[in-house]
Amino acid sequence: MIEAEAQARAGVPTDRARLGQRRARLLRQNVKGYAFISPWIIGLLVFSAYPVLASFYFSFTKYTVLKPPVWIGVANYANMVTQDPVYWKSVSNTLYYGLISVPLGLAFSLFLALVLNQAVVGIGVYRTVYYLPAIMPPVAATLLWMLLLDPGNGLVNSGLRSLGIGRPPGWFSEAAWAKPALIIMSLWGSGGTMLIFLAGLKDIPKTYYEAAEIDGASAWYRLLNITLPLLTPVIFFNLIMGIIGSFGVFTSAYIAGGSSSGGGYGPGGTAGGPLDSMLMYMLLLYRNAFRYFEMGYASAMAVTMFVAILSLTLVLLKTSGRWVYYEAAVPS
Amino acid sequence: MSVEALALRRSRSGARTAKRVVAPLRHLLLSGVALIWVIPFLWLIITSLKPLEQVFTRPPKWIPEPILWRNYIDALNNPGFNFGRLLRNSMLYSGLSTVGTAISCSLVAYGFARMRFWGRDVWFVVLLATMMIPGVVTMIPTYVLFRVLGWVGGYAPLIVPAFFGSAFYIFLLRQFFLSLPWELTESARVDGAGELRTFGSIMLPLIRPALMVAVVFNFLGTWNDFMGPLIYLSDNSKFPLSLGLYAFQTKYQRDWHLMMAASLVVTIPMMILFFAAQRQFIEGITITGMKA
Repeated sequence: MIEAEAQARAGVPTDRARLGQRRARLLRQNVKGYAFISPWIIGLLVFSAYPVLASFYFSFTKYTVLKPPVWIGVANYANMVTQDPVYWKSVSNTLYYGLISVPLGLAFSLFLALVLNQAVVGIGVYRTVYYLPAIMPPVAATLLWMLLLDPGNGLVNSGLRSLGIGRPPGWFSEAAWAKPALIIMSLWGSGGTMLIFLAGLKDIPKTYYEAAEIDGASAWYRLLNITLPLLTPVIFFNLIMGIIGSFGVFTSAYIAGGSSSGGGYGPGGTAGGPLDSMLMYMLLLYRNAFRYFEMGYASAMAVTMFVAILSLTLVLLKTSGRWVYYEAAVPS
Repeated sequence: MSVEALALRRSRSGARTAKRVVAPLRHLLLSGVALIWVIPFLWLIITSLKPLEQVFTRPPKWIPEPILWRNYIDALNNPGFNFGRLLRNSMLYSGLSTVGTAISCSLVAYGFARMRFWGRDVWFVVLLATMMIPGVVTMIPTYVLFRVLGWVGGYAPLIVPAFFGSAFYIFLLRQFFLSLPWELTESARVDGAGELRTFGSIMLPLIRPALMVAVVFNFLGTWNDFMGPLIYLSDNSKFPLSLGLYAFQTKYQRDWHLMMAASLVVTIPMMILFFAAQRQFIEGITITGMKA
C-alpha cells in the first residue's frame, strides 16, 4: 500500500490506473461486506433502535394503541410512583425475589460446578441430572412444582409432616410462602448457571494447581487463592445475568399466581397470587400493556426497569475492578 | 534420602489416603444432592401414571396401582390439549425461527470475521452493545409495529425477527470464523470462488459445531418460550405446546395425572435434543469464552 502510494506520488503513469483499480476493489469490498451484515443492520434499526427510542417516547404519552399517542409529560412516571396501589408492591416483590434467588443460585451452582469439576465417575450422569430442569419448558416446570408444593398432600408437605412439622407452609396459596416457593423453583432450574461455571473452571490452567500442590498448598488454599480469583470474571458474568433474569421473572409467577387460589382472582394469569405476593414487576407490566392496553404507562415501567438494570450493571462494573481479576498475559 | 524428599513422600502418601477418604464422600454428597434434584422429575413420571385418586394420598404413593399408561393417550386425546396441532405449531415456530437464525447469524458473523470494510469494528461494538438491551424496552413498540402491520394473531411476529440475526449467536459464530486459517479463504479466492461460495461451501461446513450450538439453543429457547406466544397469539388453533399446556391447566385444573403426562410429553423432545447435542453444547459454551 505504501509502495503504491509512493509510486503514485512519483508520478509513474501506469500506477494511476492501478490506484483506480485499487479504489474500485475497495469499494467492491465495502459493498460486499455491508451486504453480508445487512440483515443485522436492518434488524438493528427495526427491532432495536426504533423500539428503544419509541419506548422512551411512549413513556411520556397516553397510548392505548387504538388512538394515536397523546403527550402527557412525566404523568406516567408520577402516577407510577405515587398513584398506583400495586407498583411498589411489584417492586418489593421483585427485589425480595432477586436478593434471595440470585446469591443463593450463584452459590449453589458454583458449589455444584466445583464438585462436578473433579474427576468423578459418572460425571455425565450428574451433569445431566442437574441440567435437566434447565431445559424443561418453564410452563411444565411450574405445573410440576405446583403439584409438589400443594399445601394439602403435596410431596414436599408430606415429607415435612413426616419430619414432624405439623403445619407445613401453604406455599403458592399463602402470601408469606409464595415467593420462597418461586425461589425454590428457580434454584431447581439453575443448571444453566452451573454449566457456565463448569466451563469457566475448565478454563483455569492445570499447571497452577500442580505448582501449588508441589508447594504443599491445601485444597482449601487452592480454592481460595487460585480457583475463586481466576473464576471472578465468570462469577461477575453470572451475577449480571442472574440480576437481569430475576428482574424479568414472569412465566412462573404468571402461572402459579393465576391459579393458586382456585381461580378466585381476575382473568387468566395476571392475578399475582395471594395478596399480590407474586405480583412481579414483569407481571404488572404485562397486565398494563396487554390486558389494559395502557401502552404508555407500561412503557414508563419498561424504561424505569431498563434504567434500573443499566445503573445497577454500571455500578457493579465500576466496583468490579476491586474484586474481578482479569488475567493480564497468561499463556494458555 | 534427604529430609525434604522424605517429607514430600509422606505428604504425597497423606494426600493419597486423603483421596481415598474424600472420593466416597464426594460421591455421597453428589448422589445425595442429585437424588433431591431428580425426585421432582421422578414424581412427574410417577404422577403421570397414576389414577387421579392416587395423586394426593397420605402417605404419598410411590408406585401407581395400577400403572395407567393410558393417561398418556387420554392426555393427548383431550379436547383441551390437541397434541397433534400443538406439536405442529411448535415445530413451525421453533423450526422456522431456527432456520432464520442459522442463515442470518452465520452470514453476518462471516461478514464481521472475514471481510474488510469501512466501519466494521464500530458496527461490531454496536452489536456487542445491543446484547445489553433488555427485551422489556423493545417489547411494546415491537408489538405496536406488528399490530400496525396486521401481523398480531399469527406467527410472523415470532418468526420474522429471527431472520435479522441475534447479537449473541453472531458473536459466537464470529469467534469461530476468526479461528479458521486465512489460507483457506485465500486459496478459494485464487480458485475464483465468489464470496458467497467461499462462505457457503468452505467456511460454513467448518464451523458446524458452533452452528449446532446456535441451532440447539435457539430451538430450545423458542420451544420453551411462553411470553412471546402469549403476547402475539390468541387463537387456540395457533397455540404452540407451551401455551397449550397452560390452557390445558386452566381448563382442567384437577386432572393432575393428565397434566403431568402432557408436561412430560412437552419436555421429551428437548431432552432428546439435549442428549443428542450434549457434547457440542458444553464445548460451544466453553469456546464462547467468558473472558473474550
